[in-house]
Amino acid sequence: MSEIMEQTIEQSRAERSAPLLALSGIRKEFGGIVAIEQLSLDLHSGEIVALVGDNGAGKSTLVKIVSGVHKPTSGTIRLEGRETSFADASAARTHGIEVVYQDLALADQQTVYMNMFLGRELTRGPLKLLDRRRMIDDTEALVKDLDVRIPSVRSTIRDLSGGQRQGVAIARATRWASKLVLLDEPTAALGVAETAKVEELILSLKARNIAILIISHSLDQVFRLSDRICVLRRGQQIGIRETARSDKNEIVSMITGLH
Amino acid sequence: MSTTERGSHGTRAITAKHQHGRGSLWPVLGRLEPQNGIVYLGFVAIFIFFAVVLHDDGFLTTRNLTNIVLQTAPATIMAIGLVFALSAGEIDLSFGSTTAVAALCAAMAMQTMPALMGIAAGLGVGIAIGAFNGAMVAWLKLPSFLVTLATMGLFAGVARTLTDLRSIAVINDSFTGFFGSGDFLGVPSLVWWTIGAVAVGHIIFRHTRFGAHVLATGDNARAAQVSGIKVPRIRFLVLTICGACAGLAGLLYAGRLQAAKYTLGESDLMIVIAAVIVGGTALNGGKGAIIGALVGSLLMGMLNNGLILMGLGVSDQMIVRGLIILLAVAISLRDINR
Repeated sequence: MSEIMEQTIEQSRAERSAPLLALSGIRKEFGGIVAIEQLSLDLHSGEIVALVGDNGAGKSTLVKIVSGVHKPTSGTIRLEGRETSFADASAARTHGIEVVYQDLALADQQTVYMNMFLGRELTRGPLKLLDRRRMIDDTEALVKDLDVRIPSVRSTIRDLSGGQRQGVAIARATRWASKLVLLDEPTAALGVAETAKVEELILSLKARNIAILIISHSLDQVFRLSDRICVLRRGQQIGIRETARSDKNEIVSMITGLH
Repeated sequence: MSTTERGSHGTRAITAKHQHGRGSLWPVLGRLEPQNGIVYLGFVAIFIFFAVVLHDDGFLTTRNLTNIVLQTAPATIMAIGLVFALSAGEIDLSFGSTTAVAALCAAMAMQTMPALMGIAAGLGVGIAIGAFNGAMVAWLKLPSFLVTLATMGLFAGVARTLTDLRSIAVINDSFTGFFGSGDFLGVPSLVWWTIGAVAVGHIIFRHTRFGAHVLATGDNARAAQVSGIKVPRIRFLVLTICGACAGLAGLLYAGRLQAAKYTLGESDLMIVIAAVIVGGTALNGGKGAIIGALVGSLLMGMLNNGLILMGLGVSDQMIVRGLIILLAVAISLRDINR
């Protein structure tokens, strides 16, 4: 695809709507090691952008930058046009950004509904006692709405299957994300049927007009879900493609650098 | 169980025992603390055993049963503190020594000052030691096992040097009444302390955000951290709570015995840890039960009492108690590693 054509696509997209998240010139170094050279990426509401690349390409680093875990060495992050800098992960969350981590970040021995409200438990009355009833009802409604199939919101996490756990993690992100969800290999440990279910959930997030940045090693999945694909290789941004106008061969050669 | 589970999505059955003990033998306790019906069953079984075997030795008399509660009051208070620490994935080994130092400081203060100063001294020392442990663990990132192992020895030594191994009499009537021999509405003050501490502990543990954060920290510290829970702060607070409970236990000892000595709390370490584990608190965090700890503590007290009434010598008591604790802990941990 020619440079000019790529630009036109970018322009037409920009005309459609202002980006929710605009990363420009993002660079991240750890000590002397450059994790990300120079990355610019726009994300629009209701859009799924896939981040692909080999191990060590800088994908997880980018997710950690957007979620406030790491600060970029240079470059700017704009959220709804406003330049932002998150002090930590909770700062990003207050801006409506949620992350679904590879290793889930669920508390295994606690119930589904307590995990749903982990760190944000609802309370009632002057003594600020936990309002379990409201948390249970809220979680039940959400789980039903998203069609996450779990035995009960009172089940403990460790009694659930991998797919059910990931369902809970994504439901939690849905519950709290008003703008952006970052997914770091959400289906890496799942079977075929469970993966399909999680992909359904991701599409339902998109239908709620939430922007999604997903890291995935499965190109099949990337082509099933994403609107655009951003390819990284050893910290370099190789390019961004519209999924509908690209194919696996092109993406693979971008990832590997082989033609 | 509400089943929305279908076909391909997770065929793992959720067994009834994880469904919050609904319809169990102990519906009220089951609802308060879902996870540990077995403790209550064990408690009742041992109670019935002693009631039958020791029928003629006065086990079932009101006086003896009250005595059990009175004797276990300090251990129950320490157990409450330990539930917080263990649930958060930490441990406190120093609470026995803290109890002795707190009791001695309270007694020393009351030699010249009013009861209120003694209370402040005892509680203050407990909180200070707990906060010291907590600070080492939370901000210097040292493992609580090693920190409290060290402070256990350290404060055992302090307790010995404070009074040169002598015991100090507590002759303040308002103090000994309030913390020991007195009663209110016909119920001994130590029973009130037990009820009060369990109620407050249970409410904080089960019904506040702090309690939920303690469990989350012990369950998965990283998940807690990324969920915005201030994990170091939780670690600091649970160990401070342990120290405060040990301080209160020291006051109860001083009040009941009307004296303080460096040996106070010395033999409580094993009993309290056993009571807490038997009561359904996980040794590796994420799961805890205050009322279970109370039942566990009463169970240990009952065991102690029953073995004495059976006429066992001290060494036989130790052996039997050790074996029963081993059995009880094995039963209560049976499904931790599944």
